[in-house]
Amino acid sequence: MNSNEILSECNKIFIDQLDNDAIVLKRETTANDVEEWDSLTHIQLVVAVEKQFKVRFTTAEIQGFKNVGEMCDTIEKKLSSK
Amino acid sequence: MDFKQIKANLKKDFTGLKKVKVAILADSSTQYLAQAIRGIGYEKKLDIEIWEAEYDAIDLTISDASSELYAFKPDFTFVFLSSPKLQKKFYKNGYGSDFADDILKYYNKVAEVISSNIKTNFLVVNFPDKLDSVFGHYAGKVNGSFSYQVKKINIGLMDLAQSNAAISIIDLCGLQAMYGNAYATDTRLYISTDALFSLDFTIKVAENCVQVLEAYTGSSKKCLILDLDNTLWGGIIGDDGLENIQIGDLGVGKAFTEIQLWAKALKDRGVILAVCSKNDEINAKEPFDKHPDMVLHNDDIAVFVANWSNKHDNIRYIQSVLNIGLDSMVFIDDNAFERNMVRQFLPEVLVPELPEDPADYLPYLNSLNIFETNAYTEEDKDRTQLYKAEALRNDASRSYTSELEFLKSLDMISEVKPFDAFTIPRVAQLTQRSNQFNLRTVRYTEEDVKRITVDNNKYHTFSFTLADKYGNHGLIGVIILEKKDEQTLFVDTWIMSCRVLKRTMEQFMLNEIVQYASKHKFKQIEGEYIETRKNGMVRDHYKNLGFTTNDGRWILDVANYETKTCYITNA
Repeated sequence: MNSNEILSECNKIFIDQLDNDAIVLKRETTANDVEEWDSLTHIQLVVAVEKQFKVRFTTAEIQGFKNVGEMCDTIEKKLSSK
Repeated sequence: MDFKQIKANLKKDFTGLKKVKVAILADSSTQYLAQAIRGIGYEKKLDIEIWEAEYDAIDLTISDASSELYAFKPDFTFVFLSSPKLQKKFYKNGYGSDFADDILKYYNKVAEVISSNIKTNFLVVNFPDKLDSVFGHYAGKVNGSFSYQVKKINIGLMDLAQSNAAISIIDLCGLQAMYGNAYATDTRLYISTDALFSLDFTIKVAENCVQVLEAYTGSSKKCLILDLDNTLWGGIIGDDGLENIQIGDLGVGKAFTEIQLWAKALKDRGVILAVCSKNDEINAKEPFDKHPDMVLHNDDIAVFVANWSNKHDNIRYIQSVLNIGLDSMVFIDDNAFERNMVRQFLPEVLVPELPEDPADYLPYLNSLNIFETNAYTEEDKDRTQLYKAEALRNDASRSYTSELEFLKSLDMISEVKPFDAFTIPRVAQLTQRSNQFNLRTVRYTEEDVKRITVDNNKYHTFSFTLADKYGNHGLIGVIILEKKDEQTLFVDTWIMSCRVLKRTMEQFMLNEIVQYASKHKFKQIEGEYIETRKNGMVRDHYKNLGFTTNDGRWILDVANYETKTCYITNA
């Protein structure tokens, strides 16, 4: 799975979890750009992403994602080392 | 149920749902739990309004008389101390064998302080077990080990709940054992947000909390209806014969033995057991009489229905004999077709799915926690006997030409007295569980009932038992009279168990309260009917007893009262 595919999967998850069809994720997107994405829903999103890709983030990763792109890169790295 | 659905539920319309106010006092972050409780409550038709105290500020909150907690006036207050914080406290302060006592004192204090400000029920969350990382197995030999002290706290909390009716336990320890530590916790979440549980487990805990709230708000399950073949034993009695059904050590019999043990324990707790099976009755009853490995016997089953009619018709019949709500009944059947039929025709009846493998039946049913309860009285143990006696009476009534003759033949006796220490738990239980013959449906906890009982200036209370030649019904009627003014007694509560309908019990009860009113120089008795979804049967209660209406209030003139005919003698 390449990083574009990962981004589009993530987009689906965000739409589904946050119940908002209008969400369009880009690599630069941050929590500030998505209304429903706050510290509470962050965990909900992370857990849903983990379940979908069957990966597990570390605590530091969960706390440290600066934007969607970083999350996707981390997922890609974990998938390729599987 | 997942968090997405919970979030979706939070946006739904809660109007018309039963309101319950819940406060959460915790030293960990509980936003997820709070959302989950409210979202799951929606599924159970509860509008659970939640107030969360500031994070880790229990002492501050409760010691402030002007705190929002007290203004909020919660029906239930969760007191939820976290296991990691407990552990930190233990090691940081160099605690040993005195730890549990100190912690228990703290719980006592919290309950005392809050109770001195408001009236609320406490739901105290206990602590999960864990291996002792310092002493290892040797912790069992050391009174001052953390694991010993945690177990002591859990026992101490149960003791507290037994001595203080306002306190109950949320068994987190049991829940965490059921789902496992790996599933229950998410260290990353804990470190990032200070929430104790994984999101998935948060939902399980919330479900449990809501079930407990449900039990207190008056909707508990009272009757377990069991299919027989491949539900209570393996195989088909009609085809396989008595020797070949699987129960005990034969085949997968152990799984069925365990289900029977569970059913029996429920019966001893007061849940009524019934059988609903497609079988010839003679075949169906044979194992109950003759099979040495059967745990359940004929005596345990209040209503036994084995025939070839539709199960939903049979369940309706069982309902009519027992005279309880369909929504208090649970039906267990291994056959998906039967389950679906019953669900379709009787949507109020709870019909759990069953796993494929009988070995998984009981663990699965246990995980559903269907039979939550908020009370247990001595009388519960005998409930099946009560209903069996009722079946006998039904038979007898057919042999009398007139109802009057039949009633006379019963030799009914009632004991009437104010509430006392022995009857208070049962009275509270009746106020919480009775839905049909209940004029105002005011729910009281044991604490409330105690308060009313001793408040002689304002209230007078009556409990009524009923016995006849077939058996003892126990305490079946409750009246609470409020002294409104010097002339008027207001009927705050009038409840009667439906199993004594049509026995002239209402007339007997009225005679008793009028007698009291007249003796104490009250001029009138005032009644009120508050309609609910379930108490339609008493809509005309006061009218039928000769009260006259005045703006929704029903008035009875004491001076002109003529004693009603009834066939019950005061003991």
